[in-house]
Amino acid sequence: MSGDRAVPWAAGDGPVVEARGLVKRYGDLVAVAGIDLSVRRGECFGLLGANGAGKTTTLRMIQAVSPPSGGNLRVLGLDPVRDGKRVRARLGVCAQDDNLDPDLTVLENLLVYGSYFPQPRAVTRARAQELLTFMALEEKRDRRLRELSGGMKRRLMIARALMNDPEVFVLDEPTTGLDPAARHLIWQKIRELAGRGVTMLLTTHYMDEAERLCDRLVIMDRGRVLAEDAPRALIERHVGHEVVELRVPAAEEAAVLDGIELTGIGSARTGDLRAFFFARQSAVAERLVARARERHVACLVRNATLEDVFLELTGRELDE
Amino acid sequence: MTRAPAGFFGGAWRVAARNLVVWRTYAGASALGNFGEPLLYLVAMGYGLGRVVPDLGGMSYAEFIAPGLVLSTVMYAATFEGTFGAYTRLETQRTFEAILATPITPVELAAGEILWGGIKAALGAAAVLVVVALFGLVPSWLALLTVPLGLLAGVMFTAMALVVTGLSHSYETSNYYFTLVVAPMFLFSGIFFPLEQMPDWVQLGARALPLTPVVVLARGLVRGTLSLGHLAPLGATLAFTAVACVVAVWLLARRLRV
Repeated sequence: MSGDRAVPWAAGDGPVVEARGLVKRYGDLVAVAGIDLSVRRGECFGLLGANGAGKTTTLRMIQAVSPPSGGNLRVLGLDPVRDGKRVRARLGVCAQDDNLDPDLTVLENLLVYGSYFPQPRAVTRARAQELLTFMALEEKRDRRLRELSGGMKRRLMIARALMNDPEVFVLDEPTTGLDPAARHLIWQKIRELAGRGVTMLLTTHYMDEAERLCDRLVIMDRGRVLAEDAPRALIERHVGHEVVELRVPAAEEAAVLDGIELTGIGSARTGDLRAFFFARQSAVAERLVARARERHVACLVRNATLEDVFLELTGRELDE
Repeated sequence: MTRAPAGFFGGAWRVAARNLVVWRTYAGASALGNFGEPLLYLVAMGYGLGRVVPDLGGMSYAEFIAPGLVLSTVMYAATFEGTFGAYTRLETQRTFEAILATPITPVELAAGEILWGGIKAALGAAAVLVVVALFGLVPSWLALLTVPLGLLAGVMFTAMALVVTGLSHSYETSNYYFTLVVAPMFLFSGIFFPLEQMPDWVQLGARALPLTPVVVLARGLVRGTLSLGHLAPLGATLAFTAVACVVAVWLLARRLRV
C-alpha cells in the first residue's frame, strides 16, 4: 500500500500480462477460444462481456490457478504454470463470490489470509490495520462476518486481496449485486488504488462501470475478443457519436423509414427498439427524428455508449 | 523485498493453522462431541451391557472397550472433518478458492487439510483418554502414546474421507460414507468384542478394515501389553495411511486445478 515502493517497472519494461492465442477447454466445451491480450503497467484494464463470455476463465488462467489448454501466457514476465507460486505471490485477487471466512472476525480474516503470503507477521499486522482504515472497516474490525452487509463484505474482500501489497490487482465483477451507494464507494476505492499506480485487471458486465474505471478494455463474446481499445475510442470507432433510437416493431419499420437514405449508417435492433448510429450530427439524423414525430413513433436521441458498441459487435444485448 | 514463497511444509502448515484458528471459535461445541459420545457408549455398553458380559482375558467389559473408544473418537473426528468440514470449505464457503489465489498450491492445501484432520483427531483422543482415565480404566502410562497414535490414525481417516470429498458433488455422498463404511468399521473392528471368537470369514473381513489394527495398538498401549506382535498392526496402519494420503492428495489436487 505504501506509495513509495521500489519501482522496477518505472523504466517502462514489458507488459504485465501478455496472452497470445490463449485457449481453455473443458472437455468439448471451449470456454476461451484463442484470445490476445496485453495489459500495461499501471493501467486499469477491463474484460467486458456477458455471462459465459469467458471472462472469469481468462482471469483464472492469468491468476495462475487454472492451466491454459493452449497458446502463450506470461504474467509479470513469468510462466504461470511453471512459476505459479511466484506469480500468485505478486497478485491480489478479489473473486466474484464471497469466499470470506464466516466464522472469523473482520480482522482475523485479514490476518489469516496474510499468513498465506511470504511476508513477516509484523508486516501482515501493519497492513491489516492500514487496509481496515482504507476500506472504512475500522469500526467493524472485531465483528464476525454474519453481522456485515453485502457492501461491507465486498470491501473486506478487496482489503483482503491487498494484504500482499500486490503489483497487479485482479477483480472479478467487483460490484455485481451491490446497491448504488455501495457501488460508488467501491469505484472510488478502485480509482484511489489506480492513482497509486497499481495495475488493475477487472471483469464486468456493467457498461457504466467499464466506462468509468477502465483505461482500456476488451469486449469478449463466446470465448473470443471482439475489440480492444480505450472506451471512448471503441465508441467512436464502432458506433460514432450520436444514437437515434426509435421504438418501432420490425413489421412497421419499412413504412416508417420509407424514403430516408440510410445506407452506410450502422444500426442494431433489440426487440421493438431500433438504434441508428451516427458519427456526427447529420441531416439524416434530423430527418429520422422529424419522421418519427410525424408518425407518432417514440424517439430518443442520446450519446453513444459502450452498450451500443456491444450491440453493434454482437447483435445482442449485454444483459440478456 | 518479497521473500521466497514458503515451501511444501510451510504451505501445508498455514492451511492447517487456518483451520485451527477457525476451530478455536467453536471448540466448546466440538469438545462436547468429543467427550459426550464416547462417554455415552462407555456408560451404556461398559457399565450397562458390561454387567451381563463375563470378564474378557482378565478385563472388565468397560476396560475392554475403553481403548477402542479413544480411537473411534479419532475416526469420527477425522472423518467428519474430511467429509462435511472439507466439503464446506470446498463448495459452500469456497475457502479453498480463496486460498488457492495465494502462493499455496493445491497439493499443499490437500496436505494441510490432512494434517489438520490428524491434529483435531489427536486432540479428541487426548480428551477421551482423560475421561476413561478418570473412570479408572487406564492402567498403563504407555496410554499417553495413544495421542500420537491418534495423530497417525487421524491422518489416515482424514485422508480416506478426503478421497470421498474429492469425488463427491453433494453432502449426500458423505452420508453414504458414514452409513456404509464408517458405522460398520465402528462395530466390526474389535472395539466391542474380541475378533478371535468370530468365524474365519468375519475375522478376514475385519482385518481389511483400517480401524482394526489401530484398535489392537490402542489396547496394547492402554493395557501396557505392548509386544513385538504389535509391529504387524503398526505396519498395516502405516501402509493404509500412505495409500490413503497419496490417493487423497492426487484426487483433491486434480479437482482443484481446473
